[in-house]
Amino acid sequence: MKPLRKRRLTFVISIVVGLGVAVGLTLYALNQNVNLFYSPLEIVSGEAPKGPLIRLGGLVVTGSIQRNPDNLKVKFQLTDNAENVWVSYEGILPDLFREGQGIVTMGVLQQDGTFVASEVLAKHDENYMSPEVAEAIKKAEAEAKARVKK
Amino acid sequence: MIPEIGNLALAFGLALALVQFVMPLVGIATNRWRMVLVAKPAAIGQFIFVALSFACLAWSFYINDFSVAYVASHSNSSLPVAYRIGATWGGHEGSLLLWAFILSSWTFAVAMLSKALPALTRARVLAVLGFVSIGFICFILFTSNPFDRLIPIYPIDGSDLNPLLQDPGMVFHPPLLYMGYVGFSVAFAFALAALLEGRIDTLWARWVRPWTQAAWMFLTLGIAAGSWWAYYELGWGGWWFWDPVENASFMPWLIGTALLHSLAATEKRGVFKAWTTLLAIAAFSFSLLGTFLVRSGVLTSVHAFANDPVRGTYILIFLGVVVGASLFLFAARASKVSVTSWYNLLSRELLFLVNNLILVVATVMILIGTLQPIISEMLNLGKISVGPPYFNLVFTILMTPLIFLVGLGPIVNWRQHSFQDLVARTRYAAIASLAAGLVFVISEFERQATDLVQIFVGVFLIAWVIILNLGDWWKRASKKRSSTLMNLHKISPSFIAMYTAHIGMVIVVIGVVISSHFSVEKNIRLGIGQNEVVEGYQFTFEKLTDVVGPNYDALRGHFTVTKNDEVVARLEPEKRRYHASGQWMTEAGIDASLMRDLYVALGERLPDSNDWAVRIYVKPYVSCLWLGGILMGLGGLIAMTDKRYRARAKQTSKSSDSIALEAV
Repeated sequence: MKPLRKRRLTFVISIVVGLGVAVGLTLYALNQNVNLFYSPLEIVSGEAPKGPLIRLGGLVVTGSIQRNPDNLKVKFQLTDNAENVWVSYEGILPDLFREGQGIVTMGVLQQDGTFVASEVLAKHDENYMSPEVAEAIKKAEAEAKARVKK
Repeated sequence: MIPEIGNLALAFGLALALVQFVMPLVGIATNRWRMVLVAKPAAIGQFIFVALSFACLAWSFYINDFSVAYVASHSNSSLPVAYRIGATWGGHEGSLLLWAFILSSWTFAVAMLSKALPALTRARVLAVLGFVSIGFICFILFTSNPFDRLIPIYPIDGSDLNPLLQDPGMVFHPPLLYMGYVGFSVAFAFALAALLEGRIDTLWARWVRPWTQAAWMFLTLGIAAGSWWAYYELGWGGWWFWDPVENASFMPWLIGTALLHSLAATEKRGVFKAWTTLLAIAAFSFSLLGTFLVRSGVLTSVHAFANDPVRGTYILIFLGVVVGASLFLFAARASKVSVTSWYNLLSRELLFLVNNLILVVATVMILIGTLQPIISEMLNLGKISVGPPYFNLVFTILMTPLIFLVGLGPIVNWRQHSFQDLVARTRYAAIASLAAGLVFVISEFERQATDLVQIFVGVFLIAWVIILNLGDWWKRASKKRSSTLMNLHKISPSFIAMYTAHIGMVIVVIGVVISSHFSVEKNIRLGIGQNEVVEGYQFTFEKLTDVVGPNYDALRGHFTVTKNDEVVARLEPEKRRYHASGQWMTEAGIDASLMRDLYVALGERLPDSNDWAVRIYVKPYVSCLWLGGILMGLGGLIAMTDKRYRARAKQTSKSSDSIALEAV
């Protein structure tokens, strides 16, 4: 009986320790690395935190793209058809980045209300619109309608 | 006509799968021997019809039959033939048909190669596989039929395969991956058969092992192929993104790896029987979960296609039925499986236990990270994404002790091992590995502390695993009065397989550690005739030419790379515009070698100038990632060749068959 009990004990202890470590690590890591999504409307109305890494999505405003002639710095506006937000980025834009296209960026909201993106994501399918962007636009439309009714 | 034949064949396949599921189980329950014997011919018939159905769909692609809705939306008459065949699984419906086809192929293999199995076990295994087939064929026929026609008005030409998928990778990555994914269904079926029978012994483990090794080999190669494809096709040099769909294939791989080890312990020592059964169920459940995640569209991912909710609901219900039923069976029967041996605290059994625990915990944490966005949205906590830093952090911390154990595993004995002996055997390896780590730290001293810790741990582990595994291999070989590592007559293939897979794994680690810490990546603005020096390599943008492809036009950049005034490579990255969709694609120019990859990709032509946004990367040892993956797959292949799985199985088959006959 003794070795059997001993083995069961090791088994149980190792599972408890393993789970404890796993839960602690997961909570810590999730806490640090979860990126919330915001629409331009939410950014302008001040709902988004300034400082942490967040995601911002919308349509690229036609005529808003400004490039620096000497390097790869670029500025453009994103919209949900309600509000616009300036985004600055340095790097190579994805193939599907263009005016009117729905994109998602990852970056940090600055004190002055502009957004500095470290990543620009556009899906590899022209007809595909990120569900988050699609919903943000719908929401903005609904709010606009509600305002008109009032 | 051909699509209708395909549809009909699939319906016949469904009927035979029903027979394959119901008849043997009823036969066993009612002691009707003839019904039990139906399992094998039904399985063979099911395979023939599903294969025919699959061939019909591939044929419709080959002859450009755009009256078939699925062909019209995933192909185009100007698409090269190889990609037209690949397009068969380029969308939702076709990839499910590929799933069903591969499942029936595995079923066929089990039916043909299981002569050594007792007839009753074989019948039960085939019945379970039949049930899974029913689920998938119904799913295809009722929610996602690839043979639906666009009649009477159909397009003159198709709308093309997504250009991203027009690549040799599309031809072999999905089939390899599915072979692995679906291959775990065999281990799953064996586990359920054993639970139904109420008996799990070392013989059972010996039957399951080669099937699990085969599935694991395919999955390993499939994941490696996918990673390589992403590396050169997505155009920014990443090789792993923790994308939900990658995770969906990686979770069954981790559980499958745990299963391989726990099966070894069950076969050799008769321990972990219930646990092994549970892992076999879990590996396939994760394959199904992966299918659900990919096919239901609940997650946003580069792999996600347009979806409808009915499909997601169907797979979720099917997943619930399969997992629920097998866990119920497990709960009811697992207690019958008694443990017959013991082991000490320090023993190979214990190392396997820790190995399994770490792999399972890693899987659960990846699962949490993958599902967290859905959970958060359901609970109205906002729309979140879980970024690669989460996965990198969690995974690195968990893999560190696991890799450390890979060094010890082969040395430690079954049952028990003395601590003193273990220290004596590993002290030189430990000293050498510490020294290797320190050398790297000293030579890179100007870096950040966290970087240095990671580099030190990485280098230590790499040296540790290589020294201990090669040393043990050498010792085993020389003990047998032979001085070559490959002395096949004297070392069993199982050992060679283990060393190969372990060394393959550590080569992957080399690729990960070195390419993530020592790569240099530059995104710059570059005009024709200009050059840029990266890591001593001078990249010169010579010229830009027009290229006409089979179904695209391209701009091709010509880059010459020189080092010390000698030309080392010429790279030709392309920017392609596909005719049918008008979509732009980036093709990277890569010069790959063991020591380093030189990588150039064109971004976009900057407006009002002739300058281009260009990515220039120098990535040392990045090819180790795929080389290591291939070695791991090779390990799986060698493991399957062990004669033990055939020879001893034959010995026992007569007696157990006669027992089975008596029982009936």
